[in-house]
Amino acid sequence: MTDPSVYGTPAPPGGDPPILEVSHVSKTLGGRLILDDVSLSLWKGQLKVLIGPSGGGKSTLLKCIHFLTIPDGGDVFLQGQSAREMGQRNICAFRQEIGMIFQDFNLFDHLTARENVAIALRKVKRVPRDKARARAMEELDKVGLADKADLYPAQLSGGQKQRVSIARAMAMEPKLMLLDEPTSALDPQLISEVLSVIADLARGGMTMLMVTHQIGFARHLTSEIIFMEDGRVVEQGPPGVLLDEGAASRTSFFCSHLTELTGR
Amino acid sequence: MPDSSLIEAAIYIVKGTGLTVALIVGAMLLGLVVGLPMAAVQVYGPRWGRFLVSVYVWFFRGIPILVLLFIFYFGLRIIVENLLASALGHRVTIPPFAATVTTLGLTSAAYQSQFFKGAILSLHPGQYQAALSLGFSRTAALTGVILPQALRVAIPAWANEYSILLKDSALAYVLGTLEIMARIKHMVATTHQHVPFYILAGAIYYALTFLGLRALGRLERRTRIPGLGQDADLEAKPND
Ligand SMILES: Nc1ncnc2c1ncn2[C@@H]1O[C@H](COP(=O)(O)OP(=O)(O)OP(=O)(O)O)[C@@H](O)[C@H]1O
Ligand SMILES: [Mg+2]
Repeated sequence: MTDPSVYGTPAPPGGDPPILEVSHVSKTLGGRLILDDVSLSLWKGQLKVLIGPSGGGKSTLLKCIHFLTIPDGGDVFLQGQSAREMGQRNICAFRQEIGMIFQDFNLFDHLTARENVAIALRKVKRVPRDKARARAMEELDKVGLADKADLYPAQLSGGQKQRVSIARAMAMEPKLMLLDEPTSALDPQLISEVLSVIADLARGGMTMLMVTHQIGFARHLTSEIIFMEDGRVVEQGPPGVLLDEGAASRTSFFCSHLTELTGR
Repeated sequence: MPDSSLIEAAIYIVKGTGLTVALIVGAMLLGLVVGLPMAAVQVYGPRWGRFLVSVYVWFFRGIPILVLLFIFYFGLRIIVENLLASALGHRVTIPPFAATVTTLGLTSAAYQSQFFKGAILSLHPGQYQAALSLGFSRTAALTGVILPQALRVAIPAWANEYSILLKDSALAYVLGTLEIMARIKHMVATTHQHVPFYILAGAIYYALTFLGLRALGRLERRTRIPGLGQDADLEAKPND
C-alpha cells in the first residue's frame, strides 16, 4: 500500500480527453451556496484526492457528479457525454458507469454479501442469475471475502461491509469510482484492509476521485490533491508540492492540523 | 335456508366464516395494493402527491367504518353502477360483498399507508441512494431494495391490521353480506337462542384472530434477516 509511483501519473497524457470533466458546477441547498463554480478533470487511471474542512461541500460535489443531486448550474461530462443531456430517463445509464462508495457502506440489509453484489447485475444489467452469481463471487474474491459470501451485512464487520460495497460497485464495471470518506466510519484497526483494497484498484488502473482524511495514504497514492473549502476548489496540485514541509499552502496548513487532531 | 338440523346449521355458519375470511383477505390485499404506493408517495413523492395522500388518509381515518359502508353502498355503488350501465349498455349490479371489500380495503389502505411509511422511514436511507448510484431506476430501487425490507418490518403492524379488519368486518351484515354476523343474527331470529349463538360468533372470531396472528407470526420469523434485530446478540460477532 505504501508503494509510491506507478499510479501517481503526474500529468494527463497530452491530447487525451479526460474521462470525467466537472464543469462550473454550482449548487444551492437550504438557501446557502454549497458548491460555487467547481471545475475539475480526471484522466484515465488517475486517483485524485479531495480534502477540506467539514461542511466544505465534498459530499455534495460527489453527489452532483453522480447526478444523485442535480446541480443548479454547470454540467458533468463522462467521456464527453453530458449528464444534463441524458435527461431523467437515461440518467440511470449514466450512473451505472460511475461507482459510488459511501462512508456508511449502504449495503442492502436484506441480502447476503453475494446477493448485494449480484442484484444490480441482475436488475440493471439484466445478467442471468447464474452468471450474476459467478460474477459476484469473482468480485468478492478480489476483495478477499469469498468465504463470507453467504453472510448478511449485519453479520459482517465494518471493514468487511466496505469491501463488499467496493465489490458491488466494481461488478458494474464502472469507468470511474467516487469514494466518500470510505474509511472514516471504521475502527482504526479495520482501516488498512479497506485502504489496501483501494490501493489494489488504483494499481489496476481504476480512475478514482476520493474524499479522505488519510493523508499518509493520499500522499503515496495520489497524483493530485484537490483542496475544497466553502464550496470552492481552493488549491490543487501534486501532494509533493501542496504538502511539503514549509509549503505555504492552505492544504498543508489544514493537513498539519488534521494530524494534530486525529494523530493519523 | 337452515332447518332445525344441527349439521345444516353448522354448514350455514361455516359458509359465513368462509365469506368473512374472503372479505378480510380481499380487504387486506386491496389495502396493500393501494396503501403501499401511497406510502411510497409520502416518502419519495412530490409535494402535491404527499398532500393528496394525506387528504385521503384523513378522510378514511375521520369517518366511522359504518358510515363509510353506507356512503359506499348507497352512494358510490349507485354512481359506479350507472357509469357501468351507460358504458356497457346494460344494467350491472354490484353485490354487497364487493361494496364491503372495497370499503374495508380502501379504509385499510389509509392505515396501511401510514405504517408502511413508518417502515420505509425506519430503513437506513442510504440504501435508496446506493441503489440509484448503481443505476437502478427509482421504481426498481423501490421494488428491489426498499419494499422487500419495508414489508418485513411491517408484518407486526399487518397482524394488528388483520385483527382490526376482522372486527370491522362484523359490521358488513348491515349491507346484507352473508358473513358470520349476518348468519348468526338469522339463527337468533329463527331459534330465539340469543346467548349461545352470540357466544358461538365470539368463538369463531377468536379462532380466526388466533389462527391469523399465528400465521403472520410464523411469516415474520421465517423472513427475519439474519443478524438483524432480536437474534443479533445470539449470533457470533464477526472478528477480523
Ligand atoms: N439537503 C441539504 N439541505 C441543506 N443544506 C445541506 C443539504 N445537504 C448538505 N447541506 C449543507 O451543505 C454543506 C456541505 O455539506 P457536505 O456534506 O457536502 O460537506 P462535506 O465537505 O462532505 O463535509 P464532511 O467533511 O463533514 O463530510 C453543509 O454545510 C451542509 O449542512
Ligand atoms: Mg462529507
